[in-house]
Amino acid sequence: MLNIILGAVALGSLWAVMTMGVYITFRLLDIADLSVEGTLVTGAAVGAVHITHGGNPWVATILALFAGLVCGAVTGLLHTKLKIPALLSGILTMIALYSVNLRIMGRANIALLNVPGVFTPLEKLPFMPWLAAHGIMTKNVAILICGVLVCLVVGLFLYWFFGTELGSAIRATGNNQQMVRAQGVNTDTMILLGLMLSNGLVAMSGALIAQNQSYADVQMGTGSIVIGLASVIIGEVLFGTKSFRRTLLSLTLGAITYRIIIALVLKAGMAANDLKLFTAITVAICLALPQIKSWWAKLKGGKK
Amino acid sequence: MLDLKNIYKTFNTGTINEKHALNGLNLHLDPGDFVTVIGGNGAGKSTMLNAISGVWPIDSGAIVINGADVTALPEYKRAAYLGRVFQDPMLGTAAQMEIQENLALALRRGKKRTLRWGITGEEREKYHELLKTLDLGLEDRLTTKVGLLSGGQRQALTLLMATLTKPALLLLDEHTAALDPKTAAKVLEISDRIIEEEKLTALMVTHNMRDAIAHGNRLIMLKDGRIILDIGGAEKKSLTVEDLLAKFASVAGEDLDNDRMLLN
Repeated sequence: MLNIILGAVALGSLWAVMTMGVYITFRLLDIADLSVEGTLVTGAAVGAVHITHGGNPWVATILALFAGLVCGAVTGLLHTKLKIPALLSGILTMIALYSVNLRIMGRANIALLNVPGVFTPLEKLPFMPWLAAHGIMTKNVAILICGVLVCLVVGLFLYWFFGTELGSAIRATGNNQQMVRAQGVNTDTMILLGLMLSNGLVAMSGALIAQNQSYADVQMGTGSIVIGLASVIIGEVLFGTKSFRRTLLSLTLGAITYRIIIALVLKAGMAANDLKLFTAITVAICLALPQIKSWWAKLKGGKK
Repeated sequence: MLDLKNIYKTFNTGTINEKHALNGLNLHLDPGDFVTVIGGNGAGKSTMLNAISGVWPIDSGAIVINGADVTALPEYKRAAYLGRVFQDPMLGTAAQMEIQENLALALRRGKKRTLRWGITGEEREKYHELLKTLDLGLEDRLTTKVGLLSGGQRQALTLLMATLTKPALLLLDEHTAALDPKTAAKVLEISDRIIEEEKLTALMVTHNMRDAIAHGNRLIMLKDGRIILDIGGAEKKSLTVEDLLAKFASVAGEDLDNDRMLLN
C-alpha cells in the first residue's frame, strides 16, 4: 500500500509540471487549450527519440520543452493572427500533432527499457539500499526526488516570470484585453507567449512521464487536458489560491492528490478502462459546482 | 495637438444594419483644451473616441496627435499618446489583479515590457501618495484585488491610471454614466482636478448637458457623425442649457428630443 501511494505521489509530481502549464492557459489566459493533448505526446516522442539515440536524458527533456514551445506558437498564431477561435486552434494543433508525433517516433510507440532516464542516477543515492531493505521501491523515491526538483525549478521560474513586467502583462491579458491594449501592450503577443510557455511545460512533463513509464506512445495524451484541469481544480479547492506562490504549490499538490485518488479507486477495484469516464465526471462536477450551489440555495430557499 | 481630418467610418457596410457613424468629422484641439462632447444616441460620440484610440481602422481621413500621423497605428501603439477611461467601470482595470499591479501596468504605458520586476518599492510609495489624493481610502489597500472595489472606486482608479504617465490626450468616454449621482460628482471632481493640475488636453463625452456646460473650456455637439456646434471662450462660460437647446434647434432644424440628455 505504501508503495502504491508513493508511486502515485511520484507520478503526480511529474504531472504537476503539466498542471502548471494547463493553469497558465486555463486560469491566467482564460483559454481552454486542447493542443496540450498533442504536445504532451510530442514532448514524450522527442525525449524518447533522443534517449534511444544515446542522448542524455536531461538534454532530451529540455529538447521536449523547446518542441512544446514551437507547438504552442502554432496554436497561438492560429488564434491571434488568423483569428481562429482559441478552442478550435487548440483542436487543430492537437490533430496535426498526431501525425507529427508519429513522424517523430517513426512508429506508434517507443520502448525506453534498459536505457538511462533522468531518474537512473538518483537510484544510486547512498540511502537507497537502506530504503530497499525496508521494502520501499527505490525507483519511486528516485522519481519523486526528481519530480520535486523539477517542480521547484519550474515553480520558481514561473513565480519570477509572472512577477516581471512581461508576466504581469500576460496575466492582465487574461483578465481584460481591452485594458491591456489601452496600456500599450500587444495582447496578441501576450497570448502567443502564454500558449508557448504552457505547451513547453506540458511537453517537458510528457518527456518525464515517458521516462517514468519506460515508453512513449502516440495515444498517451488522450484525455490529458481533463487530467490537467482536474488537477488544477482539485489543487485550487483543497489547497487554496491566496497568493501566486500558494497557487503554484496548490497546483503541485493538486496533481499529486489526483494521482492518489486514481491509485485508490484502482486499488478499490475500478476497471482501468473506466478511469477516463471517472475523471471526466469528476471534472464536470467540479466545474458545475457554482451552478449546483446556486440551485441548492434556491431549493432550500423555496422550501422555507 | 489633436487633428481629426475628414474622418469617415461606416459599420456593417452593405447590410440592412449599415450605419454611417462618422461622416466627415473634423476637429482641432489646442494644447490644454478640455473639450466636452455631447450629442444624442448614435451621434458618434463614442465612435469618435474609439476612432482616435484605434479600436478599429477608420474608412478614410487622418488622425494626427502631436504632429504624428497615427492613422495606421494599431490600438496598442497609439496607447503611448492616450489615457483612456471607459463608460463601463469593468473595462479600465484588471479585476483579478491588485490595485498596485494595475497601477504598475499603467505606469509602463507606451513602454516596452521587459523582464525587470513588474513593480518596485519606490513605485509603491508613489502609488500610496497618489491614491491618498483620491480620498477614497484606497491608499491602504494597495494589495487588494481590483474586482473587490465599487464601480466608483474603479473609475477613480482608472482615471489615476490613465494619467499616471502623462498622456498627450485624455479620453473620457461617459466615464461617470454608470455611477450613482453622488459618486459621479466625485469622479468628475477628481477628473477636473487632475486635468487642471497636469495641464492635460482632454476630450470628455457626456450625456449630461449640465456637466458639459460646467466643465472644460470648450463644448462640441455631434449629430449624425459630424460636429454641428462648437462653442468656446467667453460664450462657453456664460452658456446655459436653454441657450444650448435653442442653438441646437437652429443648427439642426429640429428640436432636441432626447430624454436621456434633457432629464439630467
